[in-house]
Amino acid sequence: MYRYDEFDHDYVRARVSEFRDQTQRRIDGALTEDEYKPLRLQNGLYLQLHAYMLRVAVPYGTLNSRQMRTLAMIAERWDEGYGHFTTRQNIQYNWTKLTDVGDILDALADVEMHAIQTSGNCIRNVTADHFAGAAADEIEDPRPTAELIRQWSTAHPEFGFLPRKFKVAVTGSPNDRAVTKAHDIGLRMLRDDAGEPGYEVIVGGGLGRTPMIGKVMRDFLPKDDLLPYLEAILRVYNLHGRRDNKYKARIKILVHETGIEEMRAQVEAEFERQMREEGGPLVAPDPEQVARITAYFAPPKFEALPDRSETLETATANDAALKAWVENNTAEHRAPGHAIVTVAIKGTSEAPGDATTAQMRALADLGERYSHDELRISHEQNVILPHVRKDDLPAIFSALRKAKLASANAGLITDIIACPGLDYCALATARSIPVAQDLSRRFAAPERARAIGNFTIKISGCINACGHHHVGHVGILGLEKSGIENYQITLGGDHTETMAVGERAGPGISAEEVGPAIERLVDAYLDARTDESERFIDTYRRLGADPFKQALYAA
Amino acid sequence: MPIITDTGFAPDDSPALVALDTLADEGEGVSLDLTLDADPEAVAPYFNRVDLIVIPFPGFGDGRGFSLARRLRALGYRGRLRAAGHVITDQYAFARFCGFDEVSISDEQAERQPEPLWLAAKEKAVPPFLKRKAVGWT
Repeated sequence: MYRYDEFDHDYVRARVSEFRDQTQRRIDGALTEDEYKPLRLQNGLYLQLHAYMLRVAVPYGTLNSRQMRTLAMIAERWDEGYGHFTTRQNIQYNWTKLTDVGDILDALADVEMHAIQTSGNCIRNVTADHFAGAAADEIEDPRPTAELIRQWSTAHPEFGFLPRKFKVAVTGSPNDRAVTKAHDIGLRMLRDDAGEPGYEVIVGGGLGRTPMIGKVMRDFLPKDDLLPYLEAILRVYNLHGRRDNKYKARIKILVHETGIEEMRAQVEAEFERQMREEGGPLVAPDPEQVARITAYFAPPKFEALPDRSETLETATANDAALKAWVENNTAEHRAPGHAIVTVAIKGTSEAPGDATTAQMRALADLGERYSHDELRISHEQNVILPHVRKDDLPAIFSALRKAKLASANAGLITDIIACPGLDYCALATARSIPVAQDLSRRFAAPERARAIGNFTIKISGCINACGHHHVGHVGILGLEKSGIENYQITLGGDHTETMAVGERAGPGISAEEVGPAIERLVDAYLDARTDESERFIDTYRRLGADPFKQALYAA
Repeated sequence: MPIITDTGFAPDDSPALVALDTLADEGEGVSLDLTLDADPEAVAPYFNRVDLIVIPFPGFGDGRGFSLARRLRALGYRGRLRAAGHVITDQYAFARFCGFDEVSISDEQAERQPEPLWLAAKEKAVPPFLKRKAVGWT
């Protein structure tokens, strides 16, 4: 993974001093609250209902054990003993005090971490496939690209005051695990007919109040053209994105209102201007830096192993729980005899994505010992151990059980994504966590969850859709009607490369009705499916929404 | 309304500003008042007549001026570029990087953010991407 050079180290330290100075100038009155707000947001500090929330960047979701231990320490020392993993691969602390933030940022800088640009009208954390560098289906590791974009976008002098936030995601696999089509810019790595590497550039995806699936702006962009092309997109957006209405200010609206053809023409014209003017693009990737970055992402030295692990086979023959966990929570690794582990941070009755200090330490230990000292955060709010030997899976499972992290429910109905909701967030209209907790209790029996199969429930506590409800197989949107929480269900969403926005099933229902409604929905699916290989989303696509709408409202 | 450069505050010395649509009628040494929706290429034919271009910053959150400045510099403008309006000290280094020579702010803002803060502002940390190599910024 990427390692800071002296420029990186100096910079994160300088940012901490700068933040302390900005806070002091706020206290002295040199800065008004309005002036201070974007500055603190660009340092990750977001004011919520109860406290300042600090959103720490985990670039493309990748971290090592030392960093995870620091995240654990921060939760223990300066928060309430837990952290929340987010749908953008970051971690949030909900209870920080403004006076402690400088010290927290120092502790992060000690381990090459920061909270830069995790909020504010700027380019945010660049996310990537959480199985990057490990998945058997990968064409190329997306993380060198993500790191290059991170460096280019950090404190970019021109793009610090955009009309609105800007989110970029990169996938290196045709199986899109990075939700690229719901990002402002999504990049899909591929090769042209001559075998040259490049990107499909998708622009204008987004969820929120007006969910839109991103449109292809360029079928194939050669690798070397990436930064100039991104500059062109950002420049067009910066100059022409709407600034009159906060809810119409994302690039997806500009694409929608301008039309993709015209937008493309403007971006391509701007791109060509750059290539022409002043003898070359304003921002060219430095080949030396690109090589340095790429070298850091060279895969670890995997042990040469047979693909079949006798140790594992023996262990699973004697332990049904282990067998279920291996079947459900591990994915195919590019190196024989290895696997990718998904640790579901979704224990029954806990808030999705919340991990305690003890759990973070347990994960750090496991990452260090069994995964070449590497961990990932996924947009599904889970933690990944990307590079484990199959032989070690029984020991890992045993350790996860002790840490209460052994739920064998990755991708199942209880692997719920939920935003923090009204319990924490000033923007929320309803609580999301209790709904998630109720559902995870109802479907807690492992055999039942496995029988239901791949079933994504995503819950948002307001129309800003931070829980990604639009792209859940079942989405739950918490609204408010005459002061009472009211939940709308959407059906048929999909966050993969076959992205789809869920369809509203009908009028909103009360919090108490959600659980029974989902139970009826699941029963209807189990009745209607051809066999257990047909997932809910497949049955939905085959039969349409009607039988499921009926089931939801049957009571 | 002080004009701020790397050496600190100075009084406003600029002559009357003209708008883009009357620029063709003007002679030499003009100060141009550009709007944020202006097309930089429309200004390019008159670069040799223009000494100063003023780009408004109606709110410090409105970053359009940074892109306009870069476009003007990329088109070959070599005169003075001024960011006028609500620019805060934390944006000064960005403005300079994008090609602005100077910033002008209101007297009220100058009271809250006096000269020493602006002199310190140019010491703002340069991000590693720009520090490692020159990428055609200046």
